[in-house]
Amino acid sequence: MSSDSRRSAPRPGLVLEVDKSTPPLLFHHGEQFRLEKLPAGSSRVIYPAEPIEGLADPEMAIHEALHNPLDEDPLPSLLWAGMKLTIAFDDLSLPLPPMRQPDIRQRIIEQILDLAAAAGVDDVELIAALALHRRMTESELRHALGNRIYDAFAPQGKLYNHDAEDPNGMVELGLTRHQEQVTMNRRAAESDLLIYVNLNIVSMDGGWKSTATGLSDYHGVRHHHNVATMRKSKSFMDRHKSELHHSNWRQGEVIKAHGPRIFQIETTINNNTFGYDGPLAMLQKREWEWSLRERGAFVAMKNGLDLLGSTARRKIFQSWRAPYELTSVQAGEVEAVHQRTIENVYAQHIVPVEGQTDVLAFGLPYICPYNVNSVMNPILVMCLGLGYFFNLYRGKPLVREGGVLIMSHPTPWEFNPLHHPSYIDFFEHVLAETTDPLEIEQRYEKQFAYDEWYIHLYRNSYAYHGVHPFYMWYWGAHALQWLGRVIVVGGDARAVRRLGFQRASTMQDALEMATDVVGPSPSVTYFHNPPILMADVS
Amino acid sequence: MIVAALNKKRIAITGATGFLGTALVERLLRAVPESELVLVVRPGRKGAQNRVSRDIFRNDAFSALRARTGEETFEEMCARRVVALAGDVSVDGLGFDEEQLAVFSSCDIVIHSAATVSFDAAIDDAVEINLLGPVRVAQTIRQAATIREKPTLGGLKQGQPAHLIAVSTCYVAGSRRGNAPEELIDQSPFFVDVDWRSEVSSAHRSRSDAEQASRSPQQLKELDKQARRSLGAAGGPALSAKIEQLRQNWVAKQLTRAGRARATSLGFPDAYAFTKALGERALVETSEGMPISIVRPSIIESAYAEPSPGWIRGFRMAEPVIAAYARGLLKEFPGVPEGVIDIIPVDLVVGTILAIAARGPEQDRTCHPTAEVVQIASGAANPLRYGQLVDLVRGWFNDNPVYDERNQPIAVPQWSFPGRGRVVRQLGRARKGLDLTEQILHVLPIRGKQADVSAKVEERKDQLERANGYVELYGAYAECEALYQLTRLYALWNSLDEQDQRAFCMDPQVIDWPTYVQTIHLPSMVKQARLKMIPSTKTGESRSARLRKEVLSPKRQLAVFDLENTLIASNVVASYAWLATRYLNRSERVRFTIKTLSEAPSLLALDRQDRSDFLRYFYRRFEGAPVSRMAGDSTELLSDLLIAKSFPAGIRRVREHKALGHKTLLITGALDFVVEPLGPLFDHMICAEMTDSNGTYDGQLSSVPPTGEARYQCLVDFANLHNLDLTQAVAYADSSSDLPMLEAVGFPVAVNAETKLAAIARRRGWLVEHWTKSKGAPNRILPIGPLNDAQQTNRRVASHV
Repeated sequence: MSSDSRRSAPRPGLVLEVDKSTPPLLFHHGEQFRLEKLPAGSSRVIYPAEPIEGLADPEMAIHEALHNPLDEDPLPSLLWAGMKLTIAFDDLSLPLPPMRQPDIRQRIIEQILDLAAAAGVDDVELIAALALHRRMTESELRHALGNRIYDAFAPQGKLYNHDAEDPNGMVELGLTRHQEQVTMNRRAAESDLLIYVNLNIVSMDGGWKSTATGLSDYHGVRHHHNVATMRKSKSFMDRHKSELHHSNWRQGEVIKAHGPRIFQIETTINNNTFGYDGPLAMLQKREWEWSLRERGAFVAMKNGLDLLGSTARRKIFQSWRAPYELTSVQAGEVEAVHQRTIENVYAQHIVPVEGQTDVLAFGLPYICPYNVNSVMNPILVMCLGLGYFFNLYRGKPLVREGGVLIMSHPTPWEFNPLHHPSYIDFFEHVLAETTDPLEIEQRYEKQFAYDEWYIHLYRNSYAYHGVHPFYMWYWGAHALQWLGRVIVVGGDARAVRRLGFQRASTMQDALEMATDVVGPSPSVTYFHNPPILMADVS
Repeated sequence: MIVAALNKKRIAITGATGFLGTALVERLLRAVPESELVLVVRPGRKGAQNRVSRDIFRNDAFSALRARTGEETFEEMCARRVVALAGDVSVDGLGFDEEQLAVFSSCDIVIHSAATVSFDAAIDDAVEINLLGPVRVAQTIRQAATIREKPTLGGLKQGQPAHLIAVSTCYVAGSRRGNAPEELIDQSPFFVDVDWRSEVSSAHRSRSDAEQASRSPQQLKELDKQARRSLGAAGGPALSAKIEQLRQNWVAKQLTRAGRARATSLGFPDAYAFTKALGERALVETSEGMPISIVRPSIIESAYAEPSPGWIRGFRMAEPVIAAYARGLLKEFPGVPEGVIDIIPVDLVVGTILAIAARGPEQDRTCHPTAEVVQIASGAANPLRYGQLVDLVRGWFNDNPVYDERNQPIAVPQWSFPGRGRVVRQLGRARKGLDLTEQILHVLPIRGKQADVSAKVEERKDQLERANGYVELYGAYAECEALYQLTRLYALWNSLDEQDQRAFCMDPQVIDWPTYVQTIHLPSMVKQARLKMIPSTKTGESRSARLRKEVLSPKRQLAVFDLENTLIASNVVASYAWLATRYLNRSERVRFTIKTLSEAPSLLALDRQDRSDFLRYFYRRFEGAPVSRMAGDSTELLSDLLIAKSFPAGIRRVREHKALGHKTLLITGALDFVVEPLGPLFDHMICAEMTDSNGTYDGQLSSVPPTGEARYQCLVDFANLHNLDLTQAVAYADSSSDLPMLEAVGFPVAVNAETKLAAIARRRGWLVEHWTKSKGAPNRILPIGPLNDAQQTNRRVASHV
C-alpha cells in the first residue's frame, strides 16, 4: 500500500540546509555504512528525487517503441528472410546494481526475436557489447537475457561476448574528420541491420557511444578514452559539453556513412534501487523520515555487518538485485532516440543546486560499473569518486576549483586477480612511480594495451583489457586537475597514499584537514548518492 | 750479535704460509738483511713460487716493510733473497727431487714450523704431519748433508747436517697441574710410554676401519635417512650426492673422535698435543746425533709489537671462542677462573727461535744428550689468569659491543665458570630441544614466512653445535693448570746483549696484559673476524633488493619457473578435483569430496617419498577422460582455478623476465592440458604428458614426469638446445625436490619455500620471495568445478528475488 502511495506522488530532489535538528546522515562506505553529523549552519545535503513512476505495462511500451520508432521505419519493416541480423546489448556494467529478472534486455530482445522469427530471419547473432570490459560468464548472460534466449543461441555460438582482440573479428570503417579511427565488430559491421539494446542508467550512456565504443577496440576507443579528452569533458555526463561524446558522435558519422543500418533502442529506469520496502528500503529515504522499524533494522544491519568478514559482506551486497522499474523506452534513429532518453534520465536525476561549495562530500557504495560480482579495488574507488560521482553535474562542478573532495570508502588493498590482473600491476608498479595521468598515459599505456598476456586473459579468461585501469585513471583526470585535495575517510592508509590521496579516520578529521586547503569554516555539500542524482549547478 | 750471526746464512723454513712462519719470514727479511731464505711450501695447483708471492708476501705483515723500502725494492729483495722450494712434510724425503734436495742442502739452519694446528684434525692427518713431519725433515737434512758439494754460506761442509729447530708446543707436557720443566717428554715422571710406531700404524688403520664402517648397510641406511630428512624428495642423484657427503663427514668425525679419545686416554688435551708429543719423541729417537733444538711455545696469539701490534694471521684458537662470546652465543664456558691461560704473542716466539738459530746448536750436551728444549710461554713468568682474561674481554665488549642484524648492540653474557661437564650437558639439552623443534617443523606442511622460522631454528642449532665444538676442543686448555718453566729461555735471554734484547724480545714479563688484550689483541681480532662493530646505516639497499636486481639484470638469459606454490597456490590434486567434479551433480560431489579427503594422508605421504611415483599413481585417475572435453575445460580451469589462485607478483615476475628478453620456461609435473592456457606467459613449457587412445586418456604418462633430477635434466637439455648459459639462468621453485634444478643455475630463487628449502636457501644466501594470492581473490575451500547448469543458476537467482 505504502509503495503505491509513494509511486503516485514521487517528490523531486531536495537541497537541505543542515541545522542542529538534522539527524546523522547516511554515508555509503563500501560494504558498510557510516552515520555522520555535518556542521550545522555551513552544510547542505543534496537528496536525489524519489523514484518516478515506472511504466505500468513495459511489454506494451516496448511493443509500441518497436512499431512506432523515432525517425525510423517500424522494426518489422526492416526485417526480411535471408537477412543478417545482429543484436548488440549493454554488458554487465549496466545497470547498477544488476536488476531483478526479467532484465529489460531480456524483455526487449525476446520481442525482437519474435518479430525476427515472424519475418523468417534465420541468421541472428547476439553480442554482449563490452568493448574492453571483461567477458560475461554464462550465469551473467543467463541473468541478463533469460534462459530461453541463452539456451537457444549460446550452444550454437550465436550468443557471445564481443572480442576486440580477435584478429579476424574487427573491421575498420574509416577515419573521422578529426582523423580518429572507427572500428567495429566484424559481424555487427557486416550485418544488414544492427539493433543495439541500451540500458541508460546515467546520461553518459547511449547515443553513438553505444556502437562507437561498445563494439569497438583499443584503436577506436583510444581517441576519446584519453587524458586530453577527459579533461575537456565538463562533464562527461553532459553530452553537449562532453568532448568524450563529441568524439563518439564524429565516429557515429563514419558509422552512419560506412557502417551497418542501426536500429537504436534506449531505455531508462527509475531510482528504485533499494526497494520501497524490504531490508534496504531506508537507503533511498531521507534520514529524518526513517520509521522506528527502519532505524532498528539499520542499526541491526550495520552491527551485523561489522561481525562479518569482508568476503561474506561482499557476497551479501553483491547478491542484491535492484527492483528497478522501466520508465521509458524509445527506439529508432540514434540521435533522435538519445535526445528523448536524456530528457527521461534528467527527469529522474536532475536536482537544481545554487552555487558551488568549498568541500564536497559523498559516500562511495560497494559497486561501480567494473566490479559487478567482484572486488571494488582502490583504482575503482578513484574512478567511481573522481570519475563518476564528481562528474554528475550540469553547468559547473558542485565543488569550486581548488576545493576539497571527501569520500568515504574503506579502500582495501584488494584485487580480484581474475577480473583485474592488469589493475594489480598498474597499482603496484605504475602508481608507485607517478599518479599524474598524462605521464602515466605517455609512459605506460601502450605497454599495457599491447601486452600479450593481458590480451590472452581478456580473450580467454574473465579479465578486463590490459589498458582498462588507465581509463579508470583518466576518468578522474578532470577532477584531479580541478580539486585542491582528496581525502578518503576510513580508507586503508597504504592504498589511499598510493592513490595520491590523504586518509582520515573520521569525517570530523577530514573536515579539519580540508581547512588547510580551503580555509576555516568552509561550506560543505553532501552529495547523497545513490540512488543517483545529478546536480544542475547555477 | 744475532743479526751478525744470521747474516750470510741460508735458512730453510717449513710452514712459512702459517701464522708463525709468516712472522719468521717477515722478521728475517726486515731485521737480518743479509740472510737468505728457502721456503718449503706445498706447491698446490699454482706452484711454489706463486704461493710464496701470493700467500706470504701479500700478507699485511709485510705492509710496513713494503712501504719503507718501496714496492720495487721489496720485489727485488725478495727475488734476491728468497727461494721457493716445492715440498711436502707429509711425504718421505719431503718429495724433493735431486735438484730440490741440492737447494735444500745449501741451508745452514732449518726451522720446521709446519703443523696441522687444527684441533679437530683427523688422527691420521695429524700423525702424518705432526708426528712424522719432524722425522722426515730431520732425515732429509741428513740426506742433504751427504750430497752437499760445496760448503754452505755459513760454512757447513759435506756430511755436516744443518741445525734443525723444530717448533712444538708446551702442551706436549699433557694435562697436568704444577710445574712442567723444559725437558724431553720421556724424562717426565708422568710420561706413559707408548711406541710411536704402533700409534702411526694404528692411526692408518683407523682410517681404513672408519671407511669400512661408513659403508656398512646399517650406516648407509642411517645416512640415507639423514639425507632424506634434510633434502626431502629431491630425487635419486641429489640424495646420493648428499649421502656421500654425509659419509665423508662421518668418516672425518670418526677419525677426529678416535684421535681425541686416544689423546685423552694418554693424558693429553687433544690429538694435536698428543701427536706433537710423539713427534718430539720420534724426532729425538731417530736423530742420529744431529743438532736439534725444540722450541715449545704455548698458545701463540697476535703480535705484541712486530711486525705491527695486534698483527695476526688466520682465525686462531682463542678467536672463534671470543667471537662467539661477543655475538652472545656462548652463554657459558668451562674453566678455572684462577687458572692460568697461557698465551704468548707471536713476536716473542719469533725472537726465541731466531736467538736459538743465531746461537747455534747447544754445545753443552750434558743435560740434553740428544736435543735441547726451550719453552716460550707466559704462565710461569707473567701469568694471565683466566678470570682476568674473561673480565678484560667482557669489559672491552661492553664498551665496544658487536651489533646484531637489527643494529642493536649485543650484551655479552657473564660467565660463572661452571665445570666442563655442566656446560656440555646444558648445550646438549638445548640442542635436543632444537632437534625436536626442527623435526616437528619439517613434518608440518608450512611454507613461506612460517618456514623461515625453521630456517632460523637450524641456524641456532648450527651455532649451538659450534659452541659445543669450542667447549669440547678448547675446554681442556682453559682448564689446564700446568706452569711451563722457562729456565733455558731465561738463560738464553740473559746471554743476549742489550741490543739483541731490544731487537729480539722474548721475555714474557714485558707483556702488560690489560694493554695487550684490550688495545692490541681485541681491536685487531674483531677486524680479522669481521664482526659488526658499527651499526649499519639504513641508506643502502636491502640484500634482497640487491639480489632481485641481479636476478632481473638484462644479462640473464633464461628464467625457469616451477608452477605449484611458486606461481599458483594449487596442485595437481586440486586441478584433478576441479576437472573431475565439473559434470557431477550435488550428491556426487559430496561423495567425491569425502573420498578424496580420506585419501589425502596417504597421497601426501607418497608425494613426500617420491614425487614422480606420486604423479604416476595419481594420474591413473584420468584413465577414460575424453581428450576433447579436457581441452575444452582447461580454459575454464585457467580462470576458475589457476588465475584465481595465482600469485600476481609471480606472474608479473615471469613477464618482467620476458620483457627483459630472457627466455621463460615452465617446468612442472602438472599435465599438459592443465597448463596449456598459461602458454602466452612462457616461451616454452615442459610438463607431464599422458598417452591417449580412441579419444580418451589411458592414465599413463608418455615419459618420465619432470620432477627432481629429471627436472634438472630437462633444464640442462633445454639450455643446450637453445645455447643458453645456465650460470646466467634464474630458477624459481618452492620445494627441496627442486634442489637439483636450483643448484644448476647461477641465480636460484626460493619462492614460498617449504621448511627444508627455506633452511637451505637461508644457508646459501639465495634470494627468497614470499608471493601471496591477491587479497580479494575468490576464496573457495575445495577446488570443485562450478555448478553451471541452468537449473542451478535459476535456483540461485530465485533465492534473491
